[in-house]
Amino acid sequence: MNITLQVWRQEGPDARGEFKTYQVDGVSDEMSFLEMLDLLNERLVNQGEEPVAFDHDCREGICGSCGVMIDGQPHGPQLGTATCQLHMRKFEDGASIVVEPWRATGFPLVRDLVVDRSSFDQIIEAGGYISVDTGSAPDANLIPIPKGVADIAFDAAACIGCGACVAACPNGAANLFTAAKISHLNLLPQGQAERWTRTENMVEIMEDYFGSCTNHGECEKACPKQISIDFIAMMNADFVKAKFKNRRLVSQS
Amino acid sequence: MTLQLNAKVPEGPIADKWENHKFDSRLVNPSNKRKFKILIIGTGLAGASAAASLGELGYDVEVFTFHDSPRRAHSIAAQGGINAAKNYHNDGDSIYRLFYDTVKGGDYRSREANVHRLAEVSLNIIDQATAQGVPFAREYGGLLDNRSFGGAQVSRTFYARGATGQQLLLGAYSALMRQVDRGKVKLHTRSEMLDVVVKDGRAVGVVVRDLVNGDVTAHSGHAVVLATGGYSNVFYLSTNAMASNVTAIWRAHRRGAAFANPCFTQIHPTCIPASDEFQSKLTLMSESLRNDGRIWVPKNVNESRAANEIPAEDRDYYLERVYPAFGNLVPRDVASRASKRMVDSGHGVGPLRNGVYLDFMSAIERDGRASVEDKYSNLFEMYNRITDEDPYNVPMRIYPAPHYTMGGLWVDYNLMTTVPGLYAIGEANFSDHGANRLGASALMQGLSDGYFVLPSTIGDYLADYLNTDAVPSDDPVFTKIEDEVVSQVDGYLTTDGRRSVDWFHKELGKIMLEHCGMVRNESGLQKALSDIPALHEEFKSDTRVLGRNESLNQSLERAQRVDDFFELAQAMCVDALDREESCGGHFREEHQSGEGEAMRDDEHYAYVSAWEWTGDAAAPELNKESLDFENVELTTRSYK
Repeated sequence: MNITLQVWRQEGPDARGEFKTYQVDGVSDEMSFLEMLDLLNERLVNQGEEPVAFDHDCREGICGSCGVMIDGQPHGPQLGTATCQLHMRKFEDGASIVVEPWRATGFPLVRDLVVDRSSFDQIIEAGGYISVDTGSAPDANLIPIPKGVADIAFDAAACIGCGACVAACPNGAANLFTAAKISHLNLLPQGQAERWTRTENMVEIMEDYFGSCTNHGECEKACPKQISIDFIAMMNADFVKAKFKNRRLVSQS
Repeated sequence: MTLQLNAKVPEGPIADKWENHKFDSRLVNPSNKRKFKILIIGTGLAGASAAASLGELGYDVEVFTFHDSPRRAHSIAAQGGINAAKNYHNDGDSIYRLFYDTVKGGDYRSREANVHRLAEVSLNIIDQATAQGVPFAREYGGLLDNRSFGGAQVSRTFYARGATGQQLLLGAYSALMRQVDRGKVKLHTRSEMLDVVVKDGRAVGVVVRDLVNGDVTAHSGHAVVLATGGYSNVFYLSTNAMASNVTAIWRAHRRGAAFANPCFTQIHPTCIPASDEFQSKLTLMSESLRNDGRIWVPKNVNESRAANEIPAEDRDYYLERVYPAFGNLVPRDVASRASKRMVDSGHGVGPLRNGVYLDFMSAIERDGRASVEDKYSNLFEMYNRITDEDPYNVPMRIYPAPHYTMGGLWVDYNLMTTVPGLYAIGEANFSDHGANRLGASALMQGLSDGYFVLPSTIGDYLADYLNTDAVPSDDPVFTKIEDEVVSQVDGYLTTDGRRSVDWFHKELGKIMLEHCGMVRNESGLQKALSDIPALHEEFKSDTRVLGRNESLNQSLERAQRVDDFFELAQAMCVDALDREESCGGHFREEHQSGEGEAMRDDEHYAYVSAWEWTGDAAAPELNKESLDFENVELTTRSYK
């Protein structure tokens, strides 16, 4: 296959960026999208041009490192598929493809296709955990958890933290990411003790960095793990409840 | 031999050693813990769990990762599960049986006391992870489900669909972020450790490069913990993530830490075969698939029919045929070599005839498609995305690929390397898996080391340094190494050669896979030992790294990693040459039975090879830790 790429190049956060056009010939349809970028980079190095920087690591769709806008779609055209798992057989020979970094205020650009997603870590830091010091856990089978509950918790926990939901959102909102973690923990019996503080704290940090959700639903479509926006509804319900519950606790103390 | 290898295995019966040791170790009282700074490199299962646990205890912890977030570490890609001797299923499991299986599975090249401790701690790991909210698979009654795995005849593997590593890592990551929030742990992302600083024979800190702006900085602490994973990427094509590398432990090795059993590498039997020359990595399909999948090849060498059109009498279910007791669940090394034999003898399948079939038709007929979907749907989807084939209707094609490295830095029972104050945990050390790791044991070991072992053993070392300040990071010993790192980085940028870093990496990988891969022999290893240094010299003079140090430069990052792989590769070949036996993942063609089974030599090789850096990568010095088996009787591993 022969492909024409328009790739966003930008040396650093303060440098001026621009699209550059590259012709990539001899692409195999067995290649993953990232292997096609490897091929481009190999050729760029041979020509004396700096290779395109992009984040990637496991190339199995689980680490969440990779992710670029491909023709305006986060992770490209294949549903439920991270960029590293997208293969060139999904494109036509002779296709022209536009490749951009995630574009969101919450994800400042680092270089070329690489952005800074540390705001996601800050959201987790605000409460995306169950407080249990090592060694203090009871036997794992002490609390039975209905299979259905465990399964839904897993569906939410499957989030890989890639940021496609934010990139897809017209508002640059991170509600699907945040809701996935909140729902995972709030659904489980172990997560009840901190349910209301967790929800309020995580939502507040989320709003420091990201826009507001207006139910476009683009995030669910872009999510490589196809996490449902139902979890956003769950988070919103818990957030409203948390506002009352947390207040009551304050008045009691 | 110049090193004194004291494994510090505690006295007493095997089942009491760990408890006795914890009691005999000195403690640091809670209010003194904050006076000790511990630097942890890596945030995979071992690093994140250690950082979280040490932070909870009150130590002053700093943790470094080259990723943009601690959650990206390659532990996340582990699919199948984690072993624990819970015996929830009443099938005769026990701590002793897990211990026994692991020692046997490791082909009797691991340290008994460490393995027993691992089996003991396995119970606590499941409790801890469940309490953190790790959504393990459950039965309808709400209790935890288990599956069986290679090398065991009991069901002791806990799992979370096909993403157990992800869920366990996210659990450890959440515990870590909780400590970051509390100010107990300081997190440095996109920061790569490039050297260990040793003063007066003790590890006193590290030198780190910021991958975004190129700043090289010194960090000092009372102890340094390396949790930087394995080195399968020396083969270029492996199941490891693209950035997984040996640099941290290799540079520690160059500063005096002995490197143990570098040739013990594991080739995982169930990976998707390479499809073309541009392949950048190989994708593993969880070993758990072997529970329900049956492995076969066509009996006819030139079989041209599609898999489903080949009748049963023309199929060779070779694992079931040769190993009736374990069948498709033989350990990884055995399964891998059997596949290689089939492909080498012309029975390979697929367009490049480089795979064998892993077939689910029997399971679908027996249990129904829904049951198979429930267990493996995400793996089947992944397979489909990569190959464009549907494993519900067409058998998967699989082939072995480099996956895990049992070798690593030598550590004593406390997980301390031969450099006092320098620890290695998780895959980065050598300790628990001998010559072959059983499936679902990597997650167990990483979390055992990080959550339970290191937090209990590190105090004994630190107790000597109470009220002693860490060596200041502007001490000349730090500035000297900072300068060395800076000039090394400049070296890559100014070489101005003709070939990319990846080109050299691929060439190195080819040599290693051919001569130091699944099968090794003396002449091949000798050839590798002459080819690798030559290619390394070429790398030094002809590599091309464009761009600057001062902005994100991924070629530069890779250049230093590949440079270290060249040295490691030589150590692996030297080690493989020295070990004149076949054991576990190390198969020397000279040492096999008439039927092609591995022949171990316990009389001469029941030792750990701990190699010491001499300044010449091709001539490290061998130190031996002899392995004493007081509990497990050494037998020929038989899975027949």
